[in-house]
Amino acid sequence: MLRYVVPLAIFAVIGLFFLRGLWLNPSYVPSPLVGKPVPTFSLPDVEDTSATVSSADLLGRVALVNVWGTWCVECRHEHGFLVELARAGVPIFGLNVRDDRVAAGKWLARLGDPYVSSGFDPEGKVAIDWGVTGAPETFLIGSDGTILHKHISPLTPFVWQRDFVPLLREHCGPSDCAFLAAVGAR
Amino acid sequence: MIPEFGQLALALALCLALVQSTMPLMGAALGRADWMALARPAAAGQFVFVAVAFAALEYALLTDDFSVSFVANHSNSALPVFYKATAAWGGHEGSMLLWIAVLAVWTLAVAAGSRSQPQEFASRVLGVLGIVSAGMIAFAFFTSNPFDRLVPTPLDGNDLNPLLQDPGMIIHPPTLYVGYVGTAVPFAFAVAALLAGRLDKDWARWARQWTAVAWIFLTCGITLGSWWAYYELGWGGWWFWDPVENSSFMPWLMTTALLHSLAVTERRGIFKNWTVLLAIAAFSLSLLGTFLTRSGVMISVHAFASDPTRGLFILGLLALFTGGALLLYALQAGKLEAEGGFKTMSRETFLLANNVLLVIATGFVLFGTLYPLFVDALGLGKYSVGPPYFNLVFLLPVLPLVALIGVGMHTAWRMMPGSVLVQRLRWLAVAALALGVAIPIVIFGAVSVLTLLAVTIALWVCASALLDPVRRLLYRTGAPLTRGQVGMCLAHFGVGVFMLGATVASAYNFERDLAARPGDRFEAGGYEFVFRGVRQVEGPNFVADEGEFEFFDDGASLGILRPQIRVYRVQQSPMTEAAIDTNVLRDVFLALGESLGADAWSVRVQVKPLIGFLWLGSSLMALGGLVAVTDRRYRVAARERQREPAREQTATGAV
Repeated sequence: MLRYVVPLAIFAVIGLFFLRGLWLNPSYVPSPLVGKPVPTFSLPDVEDTSATVSSADLLGRVALVNVWGTWCVECRHEHGFLVELARAGVPIFGLNVRDDRVAAGKWLARLGDPYVSSGFDPEGKVAIDWGVTGAPETFLIGSDGTILHKHISPLTPFVWQRDFVPLLREHCGPSDCAFLAAVGAR
Repeated sequence: MIPEFGQLALALALCLALVQSTMPLMGAALGRADWMALARPAAAGQFVFVAVAFAALEYALLTDDFSVSFVANHSNSALPVFYKATAAWGGHEGSMLLWIAVLAVWTLAVAAGSRSQPQEFASRVLGVLGIVSAGMIAFAFFTSNPFDRLVPTPLDGNDLNPLLQDPGMIIHPPTLYVGYVGTAVPFAFAVAALLAGRLDKDWARWARQWTAVAWIFLTCGITLGSWWAYYELGWGGWWFWDPVENSSFMPWLMTTALLHSLAVTERRGIFKNWTVLLAIAAFSLSLLGTFLTRSGVMISVHAFASDPTRGLFILGLLALFTGGALLLYALQAGKLEAEGGFKTMSRETFLLANNVLLVIATGFVLFGTLYPLFVDALGLGKYSVGPPYFNLVFLLPVLPLVALIGVGMHTAWRMMPGSVLVQRLRWLAVAALALGVAIPIVIFGAVSVLTLLAVTIALWVCASALLDPVRRLLYRTGAPLTRGQVGMCLAHFGVGVFMLGATVASAYNFERDLAARPGDRFEAGGYEFVFRGVRQVEGPNFVADEGEFEFFDDGASLGILRPQIRVYRVQQSPMTEAAIDTNVLRDVFLALGESLGADAWSVRVQVKPLIGFLWLGSSLMALGGLVAVTDRRYRVAARERQREPAREQTATGAV
């Protein structure tokens, strides 16, 4: 009789969803900020208290904004690659969140400083404006100050090639992204 | 060498599980007694090898053998010995081994306890358990080997997740696993019944006892988990509707339904299809929990290991076990005939209502849990449903369910005149309503309709559950209560106590966040607190900032609370250890937050009335189950069956 097949049918439907779910990534949440201008901010520099870092500094060329903190283990994992990108000429701005100034300075001295400059945000107020859910997170900012992409979790060469390079090709002017020759075309 | 022995033992256990899953089932189908006779030795041998494998893992953990990848990832030389031993279930691979070990224990118990059953039936049950075991051992062996070596060997391990370094975590996972895995027994029983095409009352009684034991462990396991979340996660909540919590709760709901459905099948020979389906559902939802936590399909604080290969493997197992069982159901369910009917006003009706409402509740929880997956898979976006959804949709079926318990307990089998029920229960109902309205208004002030309703229903169930035992004690009339009846009353009383605690603790929770400097006095929730200061303390593998707060009620000191923020040395993650002062009527819960600079600290104070009733209520439920499984009829039935196997019994006692 048909009614004895109903439980099997329900299970089959749920099972198909599970199968589909295995190839989805639940932790990927598209940021509502993508396509919008960067939230304005002005923060003291993490190392040099007299200097400031502000949203205006991001304008004029394609840049990365990287959210980090010395308490963040995964930041340590991506740090080497950030240094490599910086050497190739990628402008990276840091957003140091909920951290200690002294510890952050030591971290940069020891592991190398990939940042043009890093804003110091001890209470995470700017991070909230940016919709930061954790660290590390990396934003790709267009030359007009529009957020082009947001990546949650460590930035790896794989992610860079897959997600960032195509966007850079699209949004860089002819002479803007000379670094793509070094860290883009592989 | 020892880890390699463990791996070898696991391989041998897999071989024996394959024997156990094929020969007895074929023997039962073909009527070959010699093939069926292989079931018990195979189960016993499997148990021995699984025990060896588990012991090998424990040995590696206790001797700090960091050349074993699992040990390096989940232990550390500075970890207290206690936690080294329990680190076995602090990670994916070890958890799976524990799952297998628990199943081996259940299988052994079933093998020993089914001697009085007809050989054909026992062989089928053990055969199905063998299939489950073979699947899970293969899963561990091929995708999550706990004995994998790590080259090069690290000097020290990564340490156990600090969240798990807690006494509650030592017993919570194994208890829950015993319950989870225990649902495999009624599942095996249901599949065996489908294979045979019949389901006798005798088998239902037999399965009911096993189901009850699994249910007791599930109840305890979930309670421990909730208690652990309450005092260890440091937020003062006790249930978060997290996917993993839900996936332990859904098998509980289904097992509860199954217990009640089995009662009807045992006593009246009806609801057979229901019983079989519920047994399949309970085990499937247990497996689903494993799938959700191990596959990365869901985001959860519990998702320790996620890996698509593992997810695919478990999904395959789920398709094999559940899909296979439901296919069998589709083919064979028509053969399970009902042996009688019943009138609308009867215990059967109330138990049916219990089943339907529990299934609806499970359905809602399942839907809410899987909702993010559904919309994502359909490409509709990223959404999830939060506690407001669950709180609402869960209450919809559960409020009437609990209200009906109070009536259903006093109904008789087959038929029950409504007028008798009304006469017996009307004053109790009036009293519950009066108190249910008066208590919240008089004691707590602010009220909502939902709170009044929930408190009334909770008191109603408590009173109704005590009616028969009190009558029996006061007037000495009627037959003495059987343990089955006493267990039922206790468990239902527990439901009422739990509901009272849940309602009052949620409705009248006091919560205040503030910033305090040493020397500050502040008032919160009717108590006065004095912040004495913060000092550094050292634990074996952590350092902590420990706050000291003295608190007063009307000027009388009630003691000192010492909340901590611990930083574990290896993983460097901060952990909040709240300080809780408990008495019967309320918990004072104090957590230290972050340092705000210049001596100031953020502090969270909560006063939670009647929260202890939550754990008390669920403990009473488990205790009720325990009393019920020791009922005389199980022992008598077992003894008589041994004398005269497979004879139909007339049971004594009630549900």
